[in-house]
Amino acid sequence: MSEPAVLVEGLAKEFTLHLQGGVRLPVLRDLSLSVFPGECLALVGPSGTGKSTLLRALYGTYVPQAGRIHVLHRGRMVDLASADPRQILSIRRDTIGHVSQFLRVIPRVPARAIVAEPLIHRGESRQAALRAADAMLARLNLPERLWHLPPATFSGGEQQRVNLARGFIVHYPILLIDEPTASLDPVNADIALSLIEDARKRNAAIVGIFHDPAVRLRVATREFALAPLAEAA
Amino acid sequence: MTEPPLLSVRGLDVRFGALAAVDDVSFDVWPGEVVAIVGESGSGKTTLLRSIHGFIRPTAGSVLYRSDRFGEVELTMLDEPRRRLLARTEWGFVHQNPRDGLRLSHSAGANVGERLMAAGARHWGKIRAQALAWLDRVEIDPTRIDDLPRTFSGGMQQRLQIARVLVTNPRLVLMDEPTGGLDVSVQARLLDLLRRLVADLGLSVILVTHDLGVARLLAQRILVMQRGRVVEAGLTDQVLDDPQHPYSQLLVSSVLFA
Repeated sequence: MSEPAVLVEGLAKEFTLHLQGGVRLPVLRDLSLSVFPGECLALVGPSGTGKSTLLRALYGTYVPQAGRIHVLHRGRMVDLASADPRQILSIRRDTIGHVSQFLRVIPRVPARAIVAEPLIHRGESRQAALRAADAMLARLNLPERLWHLPPATFSGGEQQRVNLARGFIVHYPILLIDEPTASLDPVNADIALSLIEDARKRNAAIVGIFHDPAVRLRVATREFALAPLAEAA
Repeated sequence: MTEPPLLSVRGLDVRFGALAAVDDVSFDVWPGEVVAIVGESGSGKTTLLRSIHGFIRPTAGSVLYRSDRFGEVELTMLDEPRRRLLARTEWGFVHQNPRDGLRLSHSAGANVGERLMAAGARHWGKIRAQALAWLDRVEIDPTRIDDLPRTFSGGMQQRLQIARVLVTNPRLVLMDEPTGGLDVSVQARLLDLLRRLVADLGLSVILVTHDLGVARLLAQRILVMQRGRVVEAGLTDQVLDDPQHPYSQLLVSSVLFA
């Protein structure tokens, strides 16, 4: 088997709520997993077991208390847990894509510019990036009259399609996906899932949260179960 | 990744008598990077910005700047003529109140042209053409070029100040609450403009703001200041979504969501 694209070892994440008298909420403890190129790993487990927390740690948003998160970045393994901010930004630009559950809308910025942005960050010309954005929005069935409008007033499903277009416009080797189909009708959900399948065929390593068992059955190649932590003694 | 930082601040102190307004602050700014300094009023963030620019002499510490024309310079030791030359060519300072950064008795075009002339431009036609191009770029109707800024709205004045600062193509821009005194809708327009200009020009920016939404939108990294000290620093989403320090948690949890 090839090298893993993601290798997590002994990960622990706990939130300390300083404003609530320093209450500690342990969420992940001694978690290890690996994800290989061409795999789609589904995180499963009841709410509150840390699926989203793990995804955010894999993107470098959450700072773990212990453990390592190695990702294959430009041919070598880099530990996200100890990487400096600029290294993490470089990893996000070239290696790890993140499709969050909700689009973060930016006032006045039209849908196609939001979608094109990751390509422009990677040095693509504005014109080529916008053309690619239009193609993605067309594939995701977003009506063309919406492309030039800021998504603030779009429906949940329309916003989610903009979000998916932005997440899939770059062919990242590693993709983190949180509930991609939650607000989509069956036709558009099918398109979203075909994007995930295409990414996997391109040999991307994918980690996702898919609450719908049918969705999981279709796109996931393996499951990783998270269990609630025993109450801290 | 191996390029050196544009600006390196080390152990910077600014004391007013017994008060440590800026207390042992260290950070770097790399080319093309926007760093936000957040914290409530009185945390020392504006004093830090002003001491980096040289409006205030720091009591101790070092500010190393990698200049195009002078190479590495230690700003705390720099002689006044060279500091002024850098300030009008390689740096810019955007004041919270546009009236502090503009000449209200001069026309809009003269405000933009003056900085070009200070940087050495002499050809009147070219200066006017550049001023016109910049008014357009900051979305000010070019037919207003001969009007006085005092006839402009607050949002227009702020955009004019930004044109005046950016016309000389600076590398490092220091911004003190640039959206501070503006209505929300005017703010959104200015933020969108700043976001595009910063990306298109590859500017390095140190942005002082108490508005975490502004920091989220513009900055790649955040420093959180409290009582003159940097209590937390990191990636923007990390500091805002997983703040570690009690004071950062207080700031983040105090934001109202509309």
